[in-house]
Formats: sequence, C-alpha cells, structure tokens
Amino acid sequence: MTDVTYFDPERDSARPVIAVEDLVAEFRTEAGIVRAVDGVSFDIAQKEVFAVVGESGCGKSTVALSVLGLLPQPAGRIAGGKVLFRGEDLVSASPARLRQVRGDRIAMIFQDPLSALNPTIRVGEQIAEVFRAHREIEPKVAWEQAVELLSIVGIPRALARAKDYPHQFSGGMRQRVMIAMAIALRPALLIADEPTTALDVTIQAQILEVLLDVRERFDMAILLITHDLGVVAGTADRVMVMYAGKKVEEAPALDLYRTPKHPYTWGLLGSTTRVDRPRTGSLPQIPGSPPSLLVPPPACRFAPRCPRVQPICRTDYPELRKVDVGQVAACHFAQDPGWGPAPEEVPA
Amino acid sequence: MGQYIARRALVSIPVLLIASISVFAIVKATASPVAAIRSNPRVSQAAIEKYTHDLGLDKPPPEQYLTWLGNFIRGKWGTSIVTGRPVGPDIRDGLFNTMILGITSFLVSIVLGVGVGIFSAVRQYSFFDYLSTGSAFLGLSIPVFWFALILQIVFGLYLTNWFHLATPVLPTAGMFSPGATGIDLIDRIRHLILPVTVLSVQIVALYSRYTRAGMLDVLHSDYLRTARAKGLNERTVMMRHAMRNALTPLVSVAAIDVGALAGGLIVTETIFSWPGMGVLFISAMENGDYSVVLTWMMIVVAFVIVFNLIADILYAVLDPRIRYD
Ligand SMILES: Nc1ncnc2c1ncn2[C@@H]1O[C@H](COP(=O)(O)OP(=O)(O)OP(=O)(O)O)[C@@H](O)[C@H]1O
Ligand code: SF4
Ligand SMILES: [Mg+2]
Repeated sequence: MTDVTYFDPERDSARPVIAVEDLVAEFRTEAGIVRAVDGVSFDIAQKEVFAVVGESGCGKSTVALSVLGLLPQPAGRIAGGKVLFRGEDLVSASPARLRQVRGDRIAMIFQDPLSALNPTIRVGEQIAEVFRAHREIEPKVAWEQAVELLSIVGIPRALARAKDYPHQFSGGMRQRVMIAMAIALRPALLIADEPTTALDVTIQAQILEVLLDVRERFDMAILLITHDLGVVAGTADRVMVMYAGKKVEEAPALDLYRTPKHPYTWGLLGSTTRVDRPRTGSLPQIPGSPPSLLVPPPACRFAPRCPRVQPICRTDYPELRKVDVGQVAACHFAQDPGWGPAPEEVPA
Repeated sequence: MGQYIARRALVSIPVLLIASISVFAIVKATASPVAAIRSNPRVSQAAIEKYTHDLGLDKPPPEQYLTWLGNFIRGKWGTSIVTGRPVGPDIRDGLFNTMILGITSFLVSIVLGVGVGIFSAVRQYSFFDYLSTGSAFLGLSIPVFWFALILQIVFGLYLTNWFHLATPVLPTAGMFSPGATGIDLIDRIRHLILPVTVLSVQIVALYSRYTRAGMLDVLHSDYLRTARAKGLNERTVMMRHAMRNALTPLVSVAAIDVGALAGGLIVTETIFSWPGMGVLFISAMENGDYSVVLTWMMIVVAFVIVFNLIADILYAVLDPRIRYD
C-alpha cells in the first residue's frame, strides 16, 4: 500500500512545506513548568509523509498543536523556536493570519473522531463550514462540495449521509468525515494526530489507505503522529523518534527499521515487531518509564533506562549527530562502527 | 423527531392520570369538604346531607374520583366554601400573578446568569471568576425570608427616612399601589423590583453555576479544538460551537423550573403580600377550603408534568443524540 516512488527525495526535499526550528513548548502546571517539547527541529517536504513516534507523553501532540498555534490555553505556550510555513514564521504570526492558515493551508485531524466532531451539527454542515470560513461561497455550493468530499473519502451514499449527525456513524466512518473536513481546501500539510489509535485494527488500515490516497490526489504532505511503529512501516517516508520532549533520532523509514542507531529506537522496534504476541495497541515494553519532564535527567534523558548506558551518558548531553544520509541520532555512541541492537534485542 | 415527541407526549398521559389519583386520594385523606360547614352550628343536618349528596360524597371513592375528574376536565372546579365564589377565577388570578413575578425573575436571571456563567468560564480563574463563584455561593446560602426582610427594611424604611421621603423608596408589599386605577406600568414595575431581586439572586446564583460548568466542559472539548483548527473565527467558534452545546442542559432545567413555578413562591409571596399561588394555597389550607386545595394541587401537578414534557422536547430539539435513541 506504500507508494514508495510517490515521494521523491531528490525532487521534493528541496522545498520544505514546513520547517520547525528549535521548537520549545511549555505547560504551566501546579507542580511547575513542564517543558513538553525541548528544542525540536525537523522539516517536511512536499508530498512527504513524515511520522513522529514515541511513548505516550513524549510531546508528539504538543509538536502538532504548536504548528497550528493550538496549544491548550492558558496553560500552554510556545517558549521558543520557529515554525516556518513556506518560509513564513507562524509562531510570530498574528492571530488573524494564523486563522487564515488553519484549515486552509494546514489542516488537522485528531485521535478520537467522535469527540472531535460537534455532536449537534450535521456532518455535511461541519465540512461546509470550512469553505465558508475561508472562501466567498454560496452555502448551497459549500454543501455540494461537502457531499463530494464525503464520497472522495469513501463514505457510501454521501448525499444522504451528509445530513446525519456524528453519532450516527461508525468510528472508521467518522474518521473519514474528519479527513474530508481536513482536505476540503486542499491544504499543503495535513497533521494527523494518532488518526487510527481509537479504531479497530481492520479499520486502521483503511484509514491509512484513505490518507495516502488523498495525499496523492491533492499533493499534500502529512505529519503523521503515532505511537504504533506498525502504522509507520507501511506509510511513512521519514520518521522522527521523540523521547521526553527531545528528538532522539530521525531517519528515512526503511533505514530506521534496518539500522536504528538510538537505543531507545531499537527498544521501540523490539517491542513492536513481536508479532507472536497480541498487539496491545500501545507501544513500549521497554523496562522503566519515561522521566518526569519537570526535572528531566541532566544529560542523556534515556540514560536511566538505557541498556548501554556509560558514565558519560549521565554527565554530558548527547547532541544529535549524523550517522548516515538523512539519519541523525542523539546518542554518544551512534557513530561508533557496528553500533546497533544485539540480535536478542531485535527478535526476528 | 415527531415520533419522539408523540411518544413522550403519550407517556405523559398515564403519568397525569396516576398523579390525579394520588392528588385526589391525598386531599381526601387529609381534608373533608364538609368539615367546614359541619362545624358551623347554624347549618342544618339536612343542608349538610344535601351538600354531601350534591358533591357525590355518598358514592364509593372510585366513583367520586371519576365524577371529580370529569368535572375537573370540563372546568367545573367547584366553589370555595370560604368566599362562596367559584374556584376558577381565584386560581387563574393566583397563577397569573405568580407567573408575572416568576417569569420576570426568570428572564432577568437567565440573562444575568448565562452572561456571568459564560464570562466566568471563558476567563476561568480570573478575578471575575472568583468573584462570581463567591457571590454565587453567597446568593445560594442567604435565607430567602431574611434577605426579603432586609430589602424591605432598607428600601421601605432606612432609605426613606434617610432622604426624608413621604413614601417608601420602593414599595414593599402588593402588586400595585392601593387605590390605583387601571394599569400603571411604572407602578407595577416598582412593585416588582424587590420580590424579583429576592428571587433572582437565588436563580442567578444557580444558573451562573450551571452555565459555567456547561461552558467549561465545552471549552475543553475536542470539537472546540477542531473548530479552531478549521480556522473559524472566534465568534463562530463561541456562538455556533460552544454556546449552543453549553446551554442545552440549562434550557431544560429552566423549563422544568418554570413548571414548578405554578406551585407559587410561598416565602416571597407571603413576605411581599403578593397574591399568587403560594399565598392562595396557604390560606386555602388554613381554611380547609377543600375545592381550592384540590384544584390547586391538580393544576400544579399538571404544570409540572407538562413542563417536564416541554423540557424533554427542547432537549431533543437541541441535541440530536437524544432523538435517535
Ligand atoms: N494541557 C496540559 N497541561 C499540562 N501539561 C500538559 C498538557 N498537555 C500536555 N501536557 C504534558 O506535556 C507532555 C507532552 O504531552 P503530549 O500530549 O504532547 O504527549 P503525546 O506524545 O502526544 O502523548 P500521547 O501519546 O499520550 O498522546 C506530557 O508529559 C503532558 O503531561
Ligand atoms: S547516550 Fe548513553 S544513555 Fe543515552 S542512549 Fe546513548 S548509550 Fe544510552
Ligand atoms: Mg498525543
């Protein structure tokens, strides 16, 4: 189902749709300031599917919400860095400009489509609303467009179903409605925050198919957030791994599976490729749990759980270093020859 | 939708019937329609028997009930043994007067309560939010009779003396000035101010809490985040996506409360000598005025049931998830 040739790094990478630079995002909590995203940079090229993976709480959603300036208020704020959309910084953009970009140039879908749709508005209307917010358009035309979008994302009898309310759809169909809403104005970037996590396994594949289909149809880039590396495998062009608010590794999808360079990444891989065990849906069986973001470990944040930890890991912060073409990892030893998981760490 | 309403309305009919049986049984068990005239030594035994027969009281209870129900539905509500006048006009006036007081208070309270509640929610943890929360708890804990008396003393006495006025700053009793002819709107409104204030303090306190809670729920909801992610402007986000869903529960609560209003606002009406349903009920009970008590209770029960039905229907109109269950 992957169209590996659709995204061509040579051709498309030169023109990133979005470039996030040194993003720092914080939440004020009763216990203190939580730095949920700490100096994360990445960029996404046109038509690229860029995946962000990591355990629960590592800051994936915070990255996604920061891009659109939608951090929950008043607790959350972007404390530093830039989000460049085709070169224009959205962090310093005016609220009016941000509103223009949202839903039009950058759209977003969420994990739980039932709660993400307004229960008291017909789905066709919720889609039509996007047109009316951004374009001068007759209500009737907006409605017709909404119906067409519903059929594009594969909802049978779209004309009739547009008049239904969200609770009248199944989980998978609801997520299709969300996708229809997100692609209404053919955005350059679609952010999908765990779009399949709340769905049945069989439905998950269908939804990913729809996403890949619309990206091809409309030449969109996708920022795909997930904690399921199984989802990434067939879908993403490139992958960024996050741990405790930091980017710890980034690589083309195939390289990440073949030659993971960060011990956390191979821990994740080890915990997902166990096809012999029923998948619980959640990621890691890595021993231990992520550190508190209030008082993160001073140097390598993974040190308390790392199977290869050395004294230096507890004193010096491991900057990201290049390990291959397009691959970086934040581990002191990532560039060492032969560095990688032992056979028993990656079950066959 | 139509089906839902029809179904809910049909269910109300047996509820009404059962309620009417209970009302009839309770009133019969606690008051006797002939007690008042029997205690009058000048009434002859024959007259009592004729009266008993006329009322059908010599028949078995189920038959009495059916006779009464038939009369009630046809609007034959009997006569008051105290005034000798038909019950209908007294009940109608009482209901009307209570509704004037109650509906005015509701309108004031809904506007204020919803406004305060929404503003508190949008500015959660602000100074205004703490102030309104504190005031709401104060408003709910002030005893009605105490607050009413304080207002009467302040506006009827202290301020009047202070300004050396001949008449009170605001009238403290009744619906209009004694001796007034026709309807003087200003005079009516002046008479409404103090009792409406007493009632509104309570209702605003309650409704602002409901609204705040409903609004906070919605403000933290995923679909509001979706609405923003779509690039809707803040006005659309608030009016279309937030307020409507936040106010749905309040609409039904208010409908139910309006129905309950028919029972009168006993404390407020008594203190402000407002000739409403509450006052009517108290005096009918004291006088053992059987016909008035029975009719009064049945009317009140009917109001409560009908407005519960209205609340259900409104809820279904506002929330599609209800209709399709
Ligand atoms: N509204 C908030 N207030 C305070 N802290 C928050 C808030 N939202 C997120 N956080 C904190 O920020 C961190 C990152 O949260 P985020 O939701 O981005 O994680 P995530 O990687 O998306 O996790 P998940 O897989 O569970 O969705 C978490 O540790 C969380 O405690
Ligand atoms: S820097 Fe040290 S602790 Fe951190 S991942 Fe590498 S080996 Fe493990
Ligand atoms: Mg998340």
